[in-house]
Amino acid sequence: MTYDLVVIGAGPAGMSAAIKAAKAGAHVAIIDENPVSGGKLLGQLYHEPDSGWWVGRNIAREMIAKASSLGVAIFRKMEIWGIFPKWNIMLNNGERLTTEHVLIATGAAEKAIPVEGWTKPGVMAIGAAQTLTNFHRVKPGKKVVIIGVDPLSLSVAQELKMAGVEVAGIYPPPATEVSSDKSNPKQIIQGLSAMAHLAPNALLKAAGKAANHPTIKNIAAKCYPSFGVKVWGIPLHLRKTITAIEGEKQVEQVRITAIDGNGNQKNGRTKTMGVDCVCISGGLYPLSELAEAAGCDFVYIEELGGHVPLHSPELETTKDGIYVAGNITGIEGAKVAMAQGELAGTAISSRLGLLQKGSDAISEAQVKVQDARANAVITFQQHIESGREKLAQCWHTNVQTSSGKG
Amino acid sequence: MRITEHPVLGKLEKKPVTFSFNGKKYEAQAGESIAAALLANDIRILRYTEKHGTPRGIYCGIGHCYECRVMVNGERNFRACITPVKQDMQILSQHGEIL
Ligand SMILES: Cc1cc2nc3c(=O)[nH]c(=O)nc-3n(C[C@H](O)[C@H](O)[C@H](O)COP(=O)(O)OP(=O)(O)OC[C@H]3O[C@@H](n4cnc5c(N)ncnc54)[C@H](O)[C@@H]3O)c2cc1C
Ligand code: FES
Repeated sequence: MTYDLVVIGAGPAGMSAAIKAAKAGAHVAIIDENPVSGGKLLGQLYHEPDSGWWVGRNIAREMIAKASSLGVAIFRKMEIWGIFPKWNIMLNNGERLTTEHVLIATGAAEKAIPVEGWTKPGVMAIGAAQTLTNFHRVKPGKKVVIIGVDPLSLSVAQELKMAGVEVAGIYPPPATEVSSDKSNPKQIIQGLSAMAHLAPNALLKAAGKAANHPTIKNIAAKCYPSFGVKVWGIPLHLRKTITAIEGEKQVEQVRITAIDGNGNQKNGRTKTMGVDCVCISGGLYPLSELAEAAGCDFVYIEELGGHVPLHSPELETTKDGIYVAGNITGIEGAKVAMAQGELAGTAISSRLGLLQKGSDAISEAQVKVQDARANAVITFQQHIESGREKLAQCWHTNVQTSSGKG
Repeated sequence: MRITEHPVLGKLEKKPVTFSFNGKKYEAQAGESIAAALLANDIRILRYTEKHGTPRGIYCGIGHCYECRVMVNGERNFRACITPVKQDMQILSQHGEIL
């Protein structure tokens, strides 16, 4: 089959792009390996100050209905095993889709944090707990602890509590070479500044605001109470960590150890607490294997969450006709992903000659992405703006050198 | 483990289907994943590793880590976290690593 646009990934970014392009009159296909479309939207549930509850599964449902009514071909439960020039998308059922324009919107995945005992049944990624609770409506456990202090873990802690799960505490991971920042109370306090809006807690808000000041950061880390600070009634610990997850066949208890203001364990002081589930939040990274397989150039930008495909202000990669949108370009919330999807959908429609004032529409869509970013309720990466600027500079340099060559 | 009442999402609409796991019958919600259906029935152990026979459950929940492989209607290696449970489905926990 031949399409004007093939979208890979039916999350908020991919769906928005498909809808935008189909509305303009493009013949669009969207592919996802999951049986249910919607991507990470499906598990999302949080309160927005202006518009009330954001129920991701409902938004996903509306988008699927919209895409279907516009005639978008939706391929579910399909894995892609290759992208070949120019462009053939190979599906695992033997089908081949041919197109001039591909949008890769594969989203993000979670990093793991290995803690002793983490392979036991009952230990799961924070995203798994989120989907179980909000999408499947099954409690991940009766009594849960969370390892990892970040915007996602705080948000899911609140979601679990709302569903009636006892959240016994949120702890930083034990210090190792790879998790040093995530285990260091000083660094975490600094990070709390990005989460302060999530925490209706005066002490955390104050700590977050003050944390850019080095002396205050040190004092705050040293003086953080050993019994934690309560966020929505859940103890948030910075001076204790979980050093082991124990249980004969599945999770039965965790071993808790005190740490100093730098994250180092204090000798011998451990105790245990009975739990049946441990959620690990190790942070997110862009899922970009397919862009790599297609031969796109990459850049490493810490502020965006890692390796991302180099892309233009219109979201086109270094490979002609291959676009990216959503978390593959950097870790941000669902609304930014949707705005990026619309931008990609607009840019591709314009290139297909389907828009009268293409460049105006593109500029408008670019402004919408910036607005969504500025108004985001959750910021996953503290310095996302500077990450975006760095990427724009890399693109600029890349264009200059390649036009210089040509 | 089922969340029947939720302050924002409301009351859960029941859409029961029955399936079996290791020969025993259980109830699930139509359309949910095998992993969710089992956890709703308080079951976390999905398979045992070959080398040491240590139990494994779900980890990533989105089809990436392959920790959750089970046998479905006689075929191996279905990912319990992204395979929807169906009426009369026969699920067995898997032993060994062979893919
Ligand atoms: C665990 C987790 C929890 C999150 N929670 C929140 C939250 O509470 N609030 C918030 O605003 N943001 C949250 N995010 C950020 C989230 O990524 C964005 O909100 C948004 O969903 C990103 O949209 P996307 O379209 O880029 O990717 P996604 O929503 O991740 O969608 C990508 C889609 O691509 C599919 N896919 C990936 N690879 C392939 C492939 N090879 N072949 C076929 N299909 C493929 C996936 O199945 C998925 O459906 C979370 C992210 C993660 C990882
Ligand atoms: S839990 Fe990771 S693939 Fe199913």
